[in-house]
Amino acid sequence: MQRRPGLRREGDIVVELAGLKLKNPVLVASGTFGYGKEFADYLDLNKLGGLITKSVSLKAKEGNPPPRIVETPSGMINSIGLQNEGLEAFIKNAIPFLAKLEIPVIVNIAGDTIEEYAELAKQLGKEKTVKGLEVNISCPNVKKGGMAFGIDPTATKEVISAVRKATTLPIIAKLSPNVTDITLTAKAAENAGANAISLINTVVGMAIDIETRRSRIGRPTGGLSGPAIRPIAVRMVYEASKAVKIPVIGIGGIMTGSDAIEFFIAGASAVEVGTANFVDTAAPLRILKEINDYLAKHEIGDHHELIGTFKE
Amino acid sequence: MATQEQCQVLDHKQVGPRYFKLTLKSHYISTNGEPGQFVNVRVDNGTEPLLRRPISLHRINKEHQTFELLYEVVGEGTTLLTKATIGSKVDVLGPLGSGFKLDPAKKIAILVGGGMGIAPLAALAEKLKTLGGRAVYALAGARDKSCLVCEDELASLANQSVVATDDGSQGRKGYVSDLLIDLLNNTVTQIHYPETAIYACGPKGMLKAVAEIAGQKKIACQLSLEEKMACGIGACLGCSVMTINGYKTVCKDGPVFDAKEISW
Ligand SMILES: Cc1cc2nc3c(=O)[nH]c(=O)nc-3n(C[C@H](O)[C@H](O)[C@H](O)COP(=O)(O)OP(=O)(O)OC[C@H]3O[C@@H](n4cnc5c(N)ncnc54)[C@H](O)[C@@H]3O)c2cc1C
Ligand SMILES: Cc1cc2nc3c(=O)[nH]c(=O)nc-3n(C[C@H](O)[C@H](O)[C@H](O)COP(=O)(O)O)c2cc1C
Ligand code: FES
Repeated sequence: MQRRPGLRREGDIVVELAGLKLKNPVLVASGTFGYGKEFADYLDLNKLGGLITKSVSLKAKEGNPPPRIVETPSGMINSIGLQNEGLEAFIKNAIPFLAKLEIPVIVNIAGDTIEEYAELAKQLGKEKTVKGLEVNISCPNVKKGGMAFGIDPTATKEVISAVRKATTLPIIAKLSPNVTDITLTAKAAENAGANAISLINTVVGMAIDIETRRSRIGRPTGGLSGPAIRPIAVRMVYEASKAVKIPVIGIGGIMTGSDAIEFFIAGASAVEVGTANFVDTAAPLRILKEINDYLAKHEIGDHHELIGTFKE
Repeated sequence: MATQEQCQVLDHKQVGPRYFKLTLKSHYISTNGEPGQFVNVRVDNGTEPLLRRPISLHRINKEHQTFELLYEVVGEGTTLLTKATIGSKVDVLGPLGSGFKLDPAKKIAILVGGGMGIAPLAALAEKLKTLGGRAVYALAGARDKSCLVCEDELASLANQSVVATDDGSQGRKGYVSDLLIDLLNNTVTQIHYPETAIYACGPKGMLKAVAEIAGQKKIACQLSLEEKMACGIGACLGCSVMTINGYKTVCKDGPVFDAKEISW
């Protein structure tokens, strides 16, 4: 095939991220892709840039009372409450499938306490299938821990430092958008030794049934995701990427290649696809193709040439 | 196993004041789909509404490689779905979930449908008829006469079919659970209980009433539940219901559950 100089072949994009080598910059976001297996019928998992698991906690979590989901304009609010079987069951039940994948598997961890985060990191560091950790300090749906660590720069620093001490695995700190100044937690994570940051987790939101005056989910508030939060996410990626030197992974309402390109221009080195997986099981690979189509059309050799090219 | 497929619309017609029947072509879904399973339908390509809509397999025609959906227009999503024209394609994910389990020892099947809960029971009645060797009773309940949508279909598939309406505008005045009590008192009496299975689908209140009746009389009973869904494939844990074994997903562990399993 005749190609223009500098233009790489489709699928050639190689991303160096936090010491991880990704085939392409499209990953799947925690909690929206199960442990991978759930989507294996629908798309070739080995074509993803990387897979990030649903949050794993040290002990099993039952999750929040239903209803756990409500649809809102161009988005949804969830109150899952980090339901998972706990670390031991994760290693026993989920790792064997993940071990067969050829792409980097990043495990998302969530603790109630700093010690739990460190313990999770230590244990997962022994699993050779696990190529990196995404530290969820931004879940709005749990009473203890979760977002509390992600809205206070001091707590962010403490958690990430503890995880850093517990493992040599690459660490991605997943930040919360529920803050006034994202650069503070971004810098705290960087100073504590994170290799990358990912943002945003869900935005705290609320939906009320006007007949019963009760919440339309099982708890008063939940986490808003989907296209509705994309402008917030793009803005926060823009601000955070200017504040830190480590790579930034953009998350929030990415449905198409154009959406991903927007994040690259704002400063993201890679993206995670979340809610879109529920709407279109082929979303991550379709988005990857659309990114490549854009690059080809604009005669851009590599998505790296786009990163942080926003014109003030 | 399931597939995400662009299914061609072969037929789409209004069958009642707010009811529509949609016939779609799919080799995969018609071959693999079982009664009680559902598909997750993308009603529009935009982001409004964002999520797919779960709809039960109403009829499965393996020979013609088609399946039918019977749905009620209740909001934005189902309104948009009515716009699907014959010849166009609809994005469907399925067949999903675990359907009704059929026990050969149960020679008597009682199908109990409340409102749109009737939709999956037609596929079940048809399967039971094909398998043969069973007496099939179909009980359908609705608010009023205009809300009875497929009782003719059920009548043709079942050995006996009875209807009830809340206002008495057709059939017995009362709830479908009253029909069940009648049937269990008069026709399928105590000596038959060990060989009887009840299959119910409908609003939560009705399912609870049916579960209570079945529990009292110690009759095997399966219920098809509903919960708001995002993924439909067991990945988001958004559709959880509480069971005696902890939270289970309606989309994957269900939608059909053993009545004894549900914590109301
Ligand atoms: C496993 C499963 C199988 C289903 N099978 C069928 C089927 O065969 N035929 C069918 O017509 N429907 C079926 N449903 C229900 C169907 O999914 C909903 O009616 C549909 O999603 C509503 O979408 P909407 O956008 O039109 O309404 P929305 O805008 O989402 O809701 C409009 C209004 O309807 C109410 N509503 C939403 N869902 C339901 C519901 N399930 N029951 C009653 N009221 C509701 C809402 O609370 C709201 O007040 C099934 C649901 C599940 C979980
Ligand atoms: C149903 C659901 C469950 C989620 N669970 C987790 C989780 O367990 N851990 C986590 O770090 N983020 C979780 N998230 C947040 C997503 O990973 C992502 O940050 C967020 O949804 C924004 O991206 P999106 O708009 O593309 O979905 C969840 C999101 C949704 C919608
Ligand atoms: S809808 Fe996602 S797990 Fe059931």
